[in-house]
Amino acid sequence: MERQIMRLPERKRGSRGANKSKSNQVTNIIFLFLVFLLVLLCLLPMLNVAATSLSSELAIINRQVYFWPVQIDLEAYKNVFNDASMMHSLRLTAILTVVSATFSMLMTILCAYPLSQKTFVGRGLFNTIIIITMYFNPGMIPNYLHIKRLGLLDNFWVMVLPVGISVFNMIILKSFFQSIPQSLRESAEIDGASHWTILTRIYIPLSKPALATLTLFYAVGRWNGFEDARLYISSRNLYPIQFKLYQIINNLAAAESSMEGVAVKIAKEGMKTASIMFATIPILLVYPWLQKYFVTGVTVGSNKG
Amino acid sequence: MSVSTKQQRRMVLPELEAEKGKWKKIRKNDYALYIMIFLPLLYFVLFKYIPMTDIVVAFKDYNMFHTVWSSPWADELLKYFKMAFSSKDFLRALRNTIVLNFLDLLVGFPVPIIIALLLNEITIFKRFKRFAQTVLYMPHFLSWTIISGMALLVLAPENGLVNILLSRMGAKTIPFLSNKYLWIATYVGLGIWQSAGYTAIVYLASIAGINPELYEAAEMDGAGRMRKIWHITLPGIRPTIVVMLILNLGRILNISLERPYTMGNYLVRGVSDVISTYVYRVGIESQQFSLATAVGLFQSVVCVIFLVAANIICERLGERGIW
Repeated sequence: MERQIMRLPERKRGSRGANKSKSNQVTNIIFLFLVFLLVLLCLLPMLNVAATSLSSELAIINRQVYFWPVQIDLEAYKNVFNDASMMHSLRLTAILTVVSATFSMLMTILCAYPLSQKTFVGRGLFNTIIIITMYFNPGMIPNYLHIKRLGLLDNFWVMVLPVGISVFNMIILKSFFQSIPQSLRESAEIDGASHWTILTRIYIPLSKPALATLTLFYAVGRWNGFEDARLYISSRNLYPIQFKLYQIINNLAAAESSMEGVAVKIAKEGMKTASIMFATIPILLVYPWLQKYFVTGVTVGSNKG
Repeated sequence: MSVSTKQQRRMVLPELEAEKGKWKKIRKNDYALYIMIFLPLLYFVLFKYIPMTDIVVAFKDYNMFHTVWSSPWADELLKYFKMAFSSKDFLRALRNTIVLNFLDLLVGFPVPIIIALLLNEITIFKRFKRFAQTVLYMPHFLSWTIISGMALLVLAPENGLVNILLSRMGAKTIPFLSNKYLWIATYVGLGIWQSAGYTAIVYLASIAGINPELYEAAEMDGAGRMRKIWHITLPGIRPTIVVMLILNLGRILNISLERPYTMGNYLVRGVSDVISTYVYRVGIESQQFSLATAVGLFQSVVCVIFLVAANIICERLGERGIW
């Protein structure tokens, strides 16, 4: 077949080309349409939640809300703002996120820099020690017993210290450090710079984008963290936002099944969506910065996970 | 400053000094590296390695009145493993874990590949393409609590968007989260919703690495869009597909707590109770630490074996392994 096409005379090939570009347009449109559908599939549920959170109770009761707020009403947001425990959770999680991301970044830098140095004796051994922890997890209960023995149960720091270094992020930073030319380090050393100087004056300034990305990764991870709070936190004033949100959504689900009046149920639905918005908006705010860099992060990770 | 001048004298030719001993000698300047890595190593020892010693709990009759070391050994060393494997609840959790992960893989695995192919084929409306990518990657950054919460609202039997639309069209409402088969479908569907777009990045990167001359040559031979996808793009990303598939198979017993925990409810316990939720319930809630640890250890060991096997297979196939 292919050979025949190659031997086709000029004129015929030309007409074929015209046909092809026409069918090309059609496939283009089909592909665009399919991607458009996918985008809708992603966006519409979020839009619906956002619209519900901004709509009046009456509109929700009458099942009028689709993707745009009906009879705009900020009552649900006011309720969230007036809910002291919710506000406390938000503030706590904000502080937690900053503390945790800072701590994690410091540790990750301190770990990645030595491992990126070729002259570092014992690099292979340290690498192995660290990589093993990526593949073998002692499990939920041994971790729990250990945290309990350390006296960290129900403590702010239990959501900071045990999640200190993500090996995956550390490897990304290490590869980034390794891509910085060795000659820079060597010439600095000849000028008498110590590793501390090299790290703070050369490596950190040169890897600002990577550091920003990883900080955001850690921050988003901490903001979204649920499991460790579920396991280790029991007092109300330490509930992070995700856990609080889980409770709001599920207590109300329980209330629903206990056949409360319709009005009560719907009012709570507005509150649920508003709470979801509160937990989501910070992520959406940092997302543009996140997206700028994570593509490289993912590909580095896939090359050497 | 005096330190650095001293070092300066010592460090005239660092490279020479490093090469002096054939067996690696630690350079004076590198001592700082050990100071730097001290805290991270302490972290790994304290939070990753010491908990490993607590695994002995699986072989002991541990309770709250003893420490891990002072509690007596179980009369039969594998008592709690036997207990687990004769417990209906555990076997159900094991089955559910495998079923959910397998369905995730079967249904969810091709989706990112298709998304990557679609995105790659969009050559017009670049702005729209960028927008689409932005939107498709985003769900990955939402927590399962948020996603489950949204699902609970959007898929609610009466006031959920989907069922409102269905009833407007005169169709029956669908109990997405209370019927067990529909719950499984929702679980898998939400998994795809959350991660398919983001995973597509890996395939897009792989597609970007395909030699463009291949496409030009195929065009010369008169190949159309579909044939190029089928004969060049897909074979081009085959190595990535194989690695991703094997890695996912290696994780067949891995399951997070958050996703089934936040999505599940008592009506579907029969299909939503997986190993992680089982360990949580038995270990933390009813304090049967030994049994829960045994189950967790079984899971961890199987996971490691599968991962190592997956890596070996990857390397045998001539692909780059995971480490």
